[in-house]
Amino acid sequence: MTAALLSDITIFVLSLLVGFEVISKVPATLHTPLMSAANSIHGIVLVGAMLIAAYADSPVGYVLAFIAAGFAAMNVVGGYVVTERMLQMFRERPEVADRRAEAAAGREGGARR
Amino acid sequence: MSAFDTVVRFAYLAAATAFVLGLHLMNSPATARRGNRVSAAGMVLAVLTTLVLIGHDGQIDGLGWTVLGTGSAIGAVLGLHLARTVQMTAMPQLVSLFNAVGGGAAALVAIAEFVRAAGDGVSGDQPFSTVGTVVLDVVIGAITLSGSLIASGKLQGMVTGAPVRIPAALPVNAVLVAVMAAGGIYLLTGAENLWVLLAVIVAALAFGVIRVLPIGGADMPVVISLLNASTGTAVAMAGFVIHNSVLIIAGALVGASGGILTKLMADAMNRSVPEIMIGGFGTGDSATAGPVGTDARVRTVSADDAAIQLCYASKVIVVPGYGLAAAQAQHEVRELAELLESRGVEVCYAIHPVAGRMPGHMNVLLAEANVPYPQLKEMDEVNPEFARADVALVVGANDVVNPAARRPGNPVSGMPILDVDEAKSVIVIKRSMGHGYAGIDNELYSDPKTGMFFADAKAGLASLTAAAKALVGAR
Repeated sequence: MTAALLSDITIFVLSLLVGFEVISKVPATLHTPLMSAANSIHGIVLVGAMLIAAYADSPVGYVLAFIAAGFAAMNVVGGYVVTERMLQMFRERPEVADRRAEAAAGREGGARR
Repeated sequence: MSAFDTVVRFAYLAAATAFVLGLHLMNSPATARRGNRVSAAGMVLAVLTTLVLIGHDGQIDGLGWTVLGTGSAIGAVLGLHLARTVQMTAMPQLVSLFNAVGGGAAALVAIAEFVRAAGDGVSGDQPFSTVGTVVLDVVIGAITLSGSLIASGKLQGMVTGAPVRIPAALPVNAVLVAVMAAGGIYLLTGAENLWVLLAVIVAALAFGVIRVLPIGGADMPVVISLLNASTGTAVAMAGFVIHNSVLIIAGALVGASGGILTKLMADAMNRSVPEIMIGGFGTGDSATAGPVGTDARVRTVSADDAAIQLCYASKVIVVPGYGLAAAQAQHEVRELAELLESRGVEVCYAIHPVAGRMPGHMNVLLAEANVPYPQLKEMDEVNPEFARADVALVVGANDVVNPAARRPGNPVSGMPILDVDEAKSVIVIKRSMGHGYAGIDNELYSDPKTGMFFADAKAGLASLTAAAKALVGAR
């Protein structure tokens, strides 16, 4: 077993532990955005796709790199955009709702008077 | 190590740090958006660094740049389009699709690396450990690719959501596992045989299909989480293959996240992960499930009666289920809730962990409809409150509110449920007396204090709101 492999395994195990520690605190409310965020993070495989494209030296290699780059780019771009879109919706007190509630309260007050 | 290499390594470290910080910021809805941006910044840094790295390296030729550029552009445009247009109800399919392509890309990285090494004419020059991670990456990645596509198809309704019984599933699985194992071992001996690698890939793809097809729709939150974890693991393996630490770190983070969610989801259904992977929900049990109160009588309520109950309550707990998501009725439920709140009724939402088709799905749907997140309550938090609630309004939820879960001997036995039957009265909006995924009758519906309001979630809520408005206006 080479030193490089050993250090890779070390990194892997420690990252798993960091992941468990960080993620176990995420509330259920955010589980879908969390999964979506994790989804975009595994888009890092784009880096791998870029590297295999750089070292491709056969027609098969180019085809594989092409598909890998397409898959990975879809993963990264789609993942971050959809997570952002989802998180935009999480508001403590949506202004829209507040305005509506005020308007409703106003109408009610008016009716009483 | 040259100065250039050092800078590259540090840039990758910074990217990995950004991923960890980004996930850490997901701990609270208030900081989650910042977390996503931090993580995206890390991703941009990693990609730019890699661009500089391969440019500096000089080995990439014009064709390589073209392949990379067009491939990524097509993928990016597709991803952007999907992300912009997807309905929030369809999030589980999309996440599943991203799992599929992520796992697929990871497998392709390993395959390309193996093909390149095999193509150099020198056999047996790949170290044992590299071949080992190639095999692991290809197997996990290919299973994730095909499994996620099937899961996505099931969620989209393109593949039947019901558990599919595969004839001779056990021997077929055994053969596939044997092919993967034998092929893997053969490659590990140093033989650079592309046909053997192909056989392993095909076996893994078939294994993914056969593993996911028999799983029922109710188990989808677990399946998606598990596939998410395996995508992460595949990406980490790809990092081992090309000796890239940022892939290993990011992959491990995702693996951990998927693992935790898998555990949480399985616990919420009181089922073990191996159990879910082995058989579909309700399959086989459904025959014994029939007798549970089949001819029980139910009481129906009119929209006006239900509106009166709601308007004169002091505390209402809304229990949204998949029926609400499917009917896209999240805006209607929020409108009704706001009307009640304006009359001083206390309203909150009881969210079962497996409401919806992926972890936390219902929260997203309600957030989309502008429901403030402090009103969204988790099961353990809300269960003690049912006894104080005047009305529990169940919208399109079924198995997660079935009191039969407290008794042994039926398909939902032991599943943690929302204690809706403890509320003073219950109103259920549902299209029909149809069964949930577990395929059994719901005893809550025949409870004397339950009023059934048969309607589509969207139309039903709209008519309740109209009736409530008329009632308020008439006063």
